[in-house]
Amino acid sequence: MAQRLTLEQIAHVARLARLALSEQEMRQMEKHLNNLMAQFERLQELDTTGVEPTAHSFPVYNVFREDVVQPSLPQEEILANAPDQRDGCFTVPIIVEE
Amino acid sequence: MAEWEACIGMEVHAELLTDSKMFCSCANAFGGEPNTRCCPVCTGMPGSLPVMNRKAVEMVLRTALALNCEISMTSIFHRKNYFYPDLPKNYQISQYGDTPIGKRGWLDVPVDGRIVRVHIRRVHLEEDTGKLFHLPTGESAVDYNRSGVPLMEIVTEFPPDMHTAEEARAYLQTLRNVLVYLGVCDGRMEQGSLRCEPNLSVRPKGSDTFGVKTELKNLNSFRAVQRGIEYEIQRHIAVLEAGGKVVQETRGWNDERGESFPMRTKEYEQDYRYFPEPDLVPVQFSEEWIEQVRASLPELPLAKRQRFMEQYALPEYDATLLIESRATADYFEEVVKLGAEPKAAANWMNGDLARLMNAAGIEDIRDCKVTPRHLRDLIGLVQKGTVTGSVAKQVLEEVFNTGADPAQVVQAKGLTQVSDTDQLRAWVQQAIAENPDAAEKVRNGKLQTLQFLVGQVMKLSRGRANPNEVRRLIAEELGVQVE
Ligand SMILES: [Zn+2]
Repeated sequence: MAQRLTLEQIAHVARLARLALSEQEMRQMEKHLNNLMAQFERLQELDTTGVEPTAHSFPVYNVFREDVVQPSLPQEEILANAPDQRDGCFTVPIIVEE
Repeated sequence: MAEWEACIGMEVHAELLTDSKMFCSCANAFGGEPNTRCCPVCTGMPGSLPVMNRKAVEMVLRTALALNCEISMTSIFHRKNYFYPDLPKNYQISQYGDTPIGKRGWLDVPVDGRIVRVHIRRVHLEEDTGKLFHLPTGESAVDYNRSGVPLMEIVTEFPPDMHTAEEARAYLQTLRNVLVYLGVCDGRMEQGSLRCEPNLSVRPKGSDTFGVKTELKNLNSFRAVQRGIEYEIQRHIAVLEAGGKVVQETRGWNDERGESFPMRTKEYEQDYRYFPEPDLVPVQFSEEWIEQVRASLPELPLAKRQRFMEQYALPEYDATLLIESRATADYFEEVVKLGAEPKAAANWMNGDLARLMNAAGIEDIRDCKVTPRHLRDLIGLVQKGTVTGSVAKQVLEEVFNTGADPAQVVQAKGLTQVSDTDQLRAWVQQAIAENPDAAEKVRNGKLQTLQFLVGQVMKLSRGRANPNEVRRLIAEELGVQVE
């Protein structure tokens, strides 16, 4: 039987993702995410004996660039979409500690 | 009262001395106009992709080898997820879990004439964040120039090997020297290119369990590291002796007030949801790559110190000062190679030259006008008796200020040591005539006063008189015996 996510766990994940969900949306998420969990449960059924755990599925390694400086974007361009800016900096509301 | 023992671990972050950033080609530099070294990658624009800087990977490999680490032959990156305005992607690319580039190493740290072996748990590579400034308007300003700068993290092993603030400071100083020798970090704590976060707990001596630990931040100098840890150890002991419980928390250090304070931390902060970074393929090291880097490692500070003591018969004190920076150590060896006597070279470098550099605010000996050849010449002039020790100090200062040749300075200023008996006797007689009381004391056997008269002659001669000859002549003039 698939392990079910509780509403409490979903609220926690939503909080981590800075999502303010309504109660109805929470219920929807519960359904979607538990569906997803069920899919993973099915994957777990695969016999992976003898298969090395891996974080990447392609046997590709060492994709590097050389340590060479290229021009950056002009300051105006970097700041172009900033909702607010001052003296070349992005300005943001002060972070309220919780 | 119980005896207490502190257990101290340390996380050190070192910005790597690459030319470009970790995952993009923006310049890695300090200072400058805000947000002028930024691109879509380091500001987390949608659709941008990171590409690893080979040099940064190699610098961490280099450090891991110097710290006697095991190398993870395959090493992967992870995402550490959290929201903060200095982190434009909302995740930091870091290395989590079992495959940091280096693991299970150690560093030998000299403390007070003994060696403490500090075990290293991991050496890994990540990216630095941007910088956040608080504005008087109650908002924060963000500069992303530092965002994506390659950052190396070095974490000590648990259980900790360090038990005093002095050991922790010595560890950090030794590690800094190693990083600077390796050329991977400039080690400037005040600029934040080297940052340290100690954690510590206190337990009754002899106990085999650990106390509750706190972590300390905002330590911006070696002095602050030592003071902060000392304070924190005493604070723990006071809480425990009062029958209280230490609260597990992160505390900030206020250097002006000399105390630590609890820092408010976000309750969700610890939930980083690490997962393998899908945009980067693993790094795979080959034996050839590792051996090639190992072969390129320079002689490290502690080994150099040992060699200086053996090869040049220097006391530990002199050798320790000389190896503080690689440039200073190289300078010393150059002076000796040019023919100077090692102990004399060490004395000049650690004494008068260091003092002049300090006063002028020069940190790197290569930036000072006194070349190894100059110093060799100056030492030669003293040894040949061309100038007295006190004149040599004046000459050094002149060379330091102008870069002129020591022999020319002596010539131009007429500073050659005077050993001519007639000239010396004339000064001696003058000094005796001008200081009849002192002369009388010497005649009556108070030989300490003789040194005063020698000083008067040195003054008359502007430091040029041969002091041994002067002593002999004063004794002769006053009819006393000196050894
Ligand atoms: Zn960039």
